Amino acid sequence: MFLNSLLTNFAALEVGQHLYWQIGNIRLHGQVFLTSWILLGALLVFISLGTKKMENDPKGLQNLLEFLWDYIRDLARTQIGEKVYRDWMPFIGTLFLFVFVSNWGGALIPWRLIKLPSGELGAPTADINTTIALALLVSLSYFYAGLSNKGWRYFEYYVHPTPIMLPFKILEDFTKPLSLSFRLFGNILADELVVGVLVFLVPLILPIPVMFLGLFTSAIQALIFATLAAYYIGEAVEEHH
Amino acid sequence: MLAFNFFGATEGGLFDINATLPLMAIQVVALTYILNSLFFKPVGNVVEKREKFVSNNIIEAKNKLSEVKKLEADLLTQLQSARTEAQRIVSEAEDESDKLYKEALELANNEANASKEKARLEIESQTSAARDQLSKQADDLSELIVNRLILEK
Repeated sequence: MFLNSLLTNFAALEVGQHLYWQIGNIRLHGQVFLTSWILLGALLVFISLGTKKMENDPKGLQNLLEFLWDYIRDLARTQIGEKVYRDWMPFIGTLFLFVFVSNWGGALIPWRLIKLPSGELGAPTADINTTIALALLVSLSYFYAGLSNKGWRYFEYYVHPTPIMLPFKILEDFTKPLSLSFRLFGNILADELVVGVLVFLVPLILPIPVMFLGLFTSAIQALIFATLAAYYIGEAVEEHH
Repeated sequence: MLAFNFFGATEGGLFDINATLPLMAIQVVALTYILNSLFFKPVGNVVEKREKFVSNNIIEAKNKLSEVKKLEADLLTQLQSARTEAQRIVSEAEDESDKLYKEALELANNEANASKEKARLEIESQTSAARDQLSKQADDLSELIVNRLILEK
């Protein structure tokens, strides 16, 4: 059957296969941790190099890091507001950097050259566990932000501007993490799949524009994730009058 | 599970959720703390210190500028008052010199008139003296003529 041959072709791309690590009776997706450790290690090395010798007159890497810091601050400040953005800036920035480094790392580094016994290395954000973990952290954060800033008055948000909104606002608490995680997961996985299929079918030239598109999508997804996370936190701490 | 079967994986699949999720969450939280102490705090300190430095300098410069403007305005009013003072002094001096000139002119006129009058009087007196003398001489002459005429007869 045609469908069957198609499926075996897809299987050659090793979609949905994982490198399992068994610790006690918990199972982990090893390839996700391997790539995330490599990428985060590179990120931390980069940042340590840039902040090693901080000067009032920035040079080289420090310039880049200050630009990045400023970018993240603007993002957090516009979404969360002047009052509490400072508390949340590291979290928003970490989300942005983690997603960005994961997406670009997954797209730029030829992981396929490293053979694993099962599954293959790729962007950590192409694994549903990672994106759900990030999305749930965002949910916890905005609940915590709302409750710590406004106490029980946080729940006024659910009946604002009218109590009719209550079911929708409750539903939102579920759709927010769902949409956050699936948007990121879907975009990055789709990008990897498209590039993988194209490379599989036409190994020359044709995948290159799609790869560039992938880089673009990756950066945009990181920005979207961080912006939405900041927006949700900002929504939770916003004062209604 | 459609996804599991569609992609032909014997175990796992695309939507295989397991302990990777909480561990990844813990890893991201840890990363937040690491990045906070390694990146956000130090870079923030430097950037905010510089921003404070720049804004302080701007405020200082603004203060100095306003001070300069105040001094400039002060000087301008001083200049203005000095100018009016000078004008006043000049016009006063002009008035005074005008007055002096007029006085001198009047004095000179008076003097000239007086001397003219005196001269006129003198001329008049001399004229009348001369006329008296002339008429006396005419009298003498006529007397002489008369005498002679009388004597010849």
